[in-house]
Amino acid sequence: MLSPVEQFPVLVVAISLLSAFTILIVGGLNKKSCCFISIATILVQLVMSFYILDHVLTVGTIHYWLGGWAPPWGIEYVVDALNAYVLVILLFLSLISAIYSKRSIEHELPSHKIIPFYTLFQLLVAGMCGVTVTGDIFNMYVFIEIMSIAAYALIASNKIGLKAGFTYLVMGSIGACFFLLGIGFLYSVTGSLNMHDLSLLLPPLYGNRVVQAAFVFFLAGLGIKMAFFPLHTWQPDAYAYAPSAVSVIISAAMSTVSIYAFLRVLFSVYTTQFILIYAPLATAISWLAAIAIIFGAVYALAQYDLKRMLAYSSVMHVGYTMLAVGVCTSTTLGLTPAVMHLLNHALMKGCLFLIAGAYIYKKAELWDIREFRGLGRKMPYTSAAFIFTALAMCEIPPGAGFVSILYLLFAFLDAGQFIFAAVIFFSILLTVFYFFHVIEIMYGRVGVEEEKEPEIDEIPLSMLIPVLLLAALSWIVGAIWLMEIPFPILDAVNSMFGLGVVP
Amino acid sequence: MMEESIVYSYRPLLAILCPATAAILILLSSKRPNVRESWTIIAGILQFALVASMIPTILNEGVIKCTFFPTMFEGIAFGFKVDAFGLIFALTASFLWILVSFYSIGYMRSLKEHAQTRYYFCFAIAIFGAIGVALSANLLSMFIFFEILTVSTYPLVIHDQSKEAISAGRKYFAYLLTAGVFLLFAIMMTYYLTGTTDFTNGGIKALAELGPAYKLTMVILFFCFLLGFMKAAWMPFHSWLPTAMIAPTPVSALLHAVAVVKAGVFGIVRIVCYIYGVDLMTSLGLGLALACIAGFTMIVANLFAIAQDNLKKRLAYSTINQLSYIILGAGLLTTEGIRGAMIHIPFHGFMKITLFLCAGAIMVATGKKNISEMGGVGKTMPVTMLAFTITAFGMCGIPPACGFISKWFLCQGALQAGEIVFLFVLLIASFLDVVYFFPIIHTAFFKKPEGVAEEVEVRVKEAPLFMLVPLSITAIFSVIFFLDFILGLNIISMYFYKLVEIAVGNVVP
Repeated sequence: MLSPVEQFPVLVVAISLLSAFTILIVGGLNKKSCCFISIATILVQLVMSFYILDHVLTVGTIHYWLGGWAPPWGIEYVVDALNAYVLVILLFLSLISAIYSKRSIEHELPSHKIIPFYTLFQLLVAGMCGVTVTGDIFNMYVFIEIMSIAAYALIASNKIGLKAGFTYLVMGSIGACFFLLGIGFLYSVTGSLNMHDLSLLLPPLYGNRVVQAAFVFFLAGLGIKMAFFPLHTWQPDAYAYAPSAVSVIISAAMSTVSIYAFLRVLFSVYTTQFILIYAPLATAISWLAAIAIIFGAVYALAQYDLKRMLAYSSVMHVGYTMLAVGVCTSTTLGLTPAVMHLLNHALMKGCLFLIAGAYIYKKAELWDIREFRGLGRKMPYTSAAFIFTALAMCEIPPGAGFVSILYLLFAFLDAGQFIFAAVIFFSILLTVFYFFHVIEIMYGRVGVEEEKEPEIDEIPLSMLIPVLLLAALSWIVGAIWLMEIPFPILDAVNSMFGLGVVP
Repeated sequence: MMEESIVYSYRPLLAILCPATAAILILLSSKRPNVRESWTIIAGILQFALVASMIPTILNEGVIKCTFFPTMFEGIAFGFKVDAFGLIFALTASFLWILVSFYSIGYMRSLKEHAQTRYYFCFAIAIFGAIGVALSANLLSMFIFFEILTVSTYPLVIHDQSKEAISAGRKYFAYLLTAGVFLLFAIMMTYYLTGTTDFTNGGIKALAELGPAYKLTMVILFFCFLLGFMKAAWMPFHSWLPTAMIAPTPVSALLHAVAVVKAGVFGIVRIVCYIYGVDLMTSLGLGLALACIAGFTMIVANLFAIAQDNLKKRLAYSTINQLSYIILGAGLLTTEGIRGAMIHIPFHGFMKITLFLCAGAIMVATGKKNISEMGGVGKTMPVTMLAFTITAFGMCGIPPACGFISKWFLCQGALQAGEIVFLFVLLIASFLDVVYFFPIIHTAFFKKPEGVAEEVEVRVKEAPLFMLVPLSITAIFSVIFFLDFILGLNIISMYFYKLVEIAVGNVVP
């Protein structure tokens, strides 16, 4: 008999799917209820995810067999430390963006689009949860598609987002095809789709060209999904032109989930052993990531549009994470920096997109950084939150970004990769410059001396509270990471994948 | 290197919390200026009392430790450790903060400056950072306070919010944050090489034991540290300091003569004496390199200073020069040299702050910023100019101000090291000090005001008392330090000599 918590993984996905259809039906009766149903569902999911995390850490990995069919024949949901952690992150940020969406979506979308919006929103959350909890690679593909299709539609729900949504649709579908091809290849040589089963069947076949090709397909497919350089081209437009709440969820939660999916394939389907045998692969990933970091930072510096700037900054941060993944086999820290950065980046980038959305909420044309003059005084709390989060993003201690950098750096030194340490430093400087540029304009008073003090014109509380919460968290989390509170999650992840021990 | 008795106490933490709490209270009482300013004063006095209360323990050859929390990195705990050297810096900064707070009140209100709440808030945070740097137990904690210091002083630099101020702020940030990156790298590298970043008397053992294979690494690491301490304004990375003089004068006085730049040289001395250690520095030949950089800076900065007409800019270049005295002292790697370097930190602080406060007082009372306009100021502002003259003498190493003592030690250090070159560098630099300080004094006392043809009745018109009293106090202290050297009472000079004695005893075998 399974304990209730062990049934939560499937419930997390199921209630989200159910609520999507509930919204569709109930929304016809009462439009206002959509948002509340969505928030309530995600809240329940979040509570469940905390229970799951607690269970995973105290009791052990959860295995749930769908329909009672034993794997590898049936679909299995496996929740270990890594996906329990990712589940909490993604649901927390979904909750934040759902709360935030109430006012911002009413403002940005015509009222007849509200019901489909929340339906898709719930489907997106369901898809992300599904990707996270599943232990079956084909099932993962299905959920990735659910997640992506919901995201295409959400991005395009806005008129200006149409083109971006379409580009993403084309790119994303190609990515999905690659992923599916990879699965097909693996199935053809092993006859199995269960991740655990695959990881047992594959090692003797590592020399097989089909298996190797499948890996490259996975890398390409998921590379598109997580906007890993040079496959990021859909991403800046998609992040910039989506409705604000959507920008938040896709930039913070969805990119985390995509990176998670890659980690899962890399370490649970293929294993650490595979990376050690084909070491150039890790090197290639690291170098691509290093280029991504510099490229993202330079392009972010060149943007005049705040949301695009943040989008390129995301390209850079995906680079950070992948760089950490690339060196993980040769350092005693293992995956720690990468796993840590998932949370840190989600919090900080989520907050910054919330703020970008807040500015657009107040004045629809407020895209251009050069028009931000005086915002610091007009929206003092939002702008203060921007400064704090931006400082956390730069290397100002003890913000979350600083801690990530610290760990990354130590990982590189440990791995003897000094060139990557230099890359990181260079990128920090560029980060400082592009955020600083915005802050300077927001608070500078040059040339407007004659104007009187602008009136304070803040966003509504339901938007402001998420902003302030995330801004505070991006510092608190940083401080917590710094302290010597034992992190069972990180250790569990490393020991699970056999990392953290340098031979 | 004697046995140290370790005392565990929360006093360092409390001392740090004073300005932090004050900062919050200042924000909360932004509508009532009197309440707001009194928070600053109360916090300043409390903080100084707390810092001073640590003196007896340190004099008993003890160190005060306060571990806040251990970090995830094994061997690095976020915490404070007060030793003699840290206490010297903390005493200087916290004592001068009280005086400058009074002065700020006079200055800001006389000039009716805008955004005063922001000003006091950032000031308090900056002091929080400076004291944090002084009391930190290891490099990582120090780095955190270092960055806080950088970020919090930025709004003070751009206080004017004119185009010029904004671009000065940009320069300030560009230099100091880049420095922060180098510092972070150096700290991580140190940790990677040795597994610790604690300040250890006589240097970290593990670093000294790395062996000849790591020689190049250690040299590169040292230069990374040096770049990281760009706050010390050594040449050619000095130009942020004169540019930052666009800030209000109290900021230039406390932050750009004491807190920020001293944090930089403090860091350098920490690296030389407590991370590398004198022996390792000698065997790597880094002391000589450091001394050369410092010597170059001293001479060139002084030549630059002569060319400045703006009083604050001239003082800024003088600061660059004097900071290099400290670096030079550390670079000589001799007992007397390090003693001179350490004692010059508080002494230069007291003297330079007086000079800046005088410059501010002149600006408030007469509106003059340039030296060429200052004819006759000595007659209208006798107290201010007297204070200025005494401390300017001190800067040049002439008694009765305390600059003489530190320079004496430094010269002895140069002799002890057997580097006659640096003795000459010191003497030439001191001579150049005279060259650029005496014209100011001469103009002030012996030239007639511009545009005044005939003799008019000279009326004394000093700056407000809020400004006059602090600058007199700092000037008097500069003399007291000198007198105390002869009398040996110690108490009136805040035990600086004793503390330096202990600090030198700690680091030099």
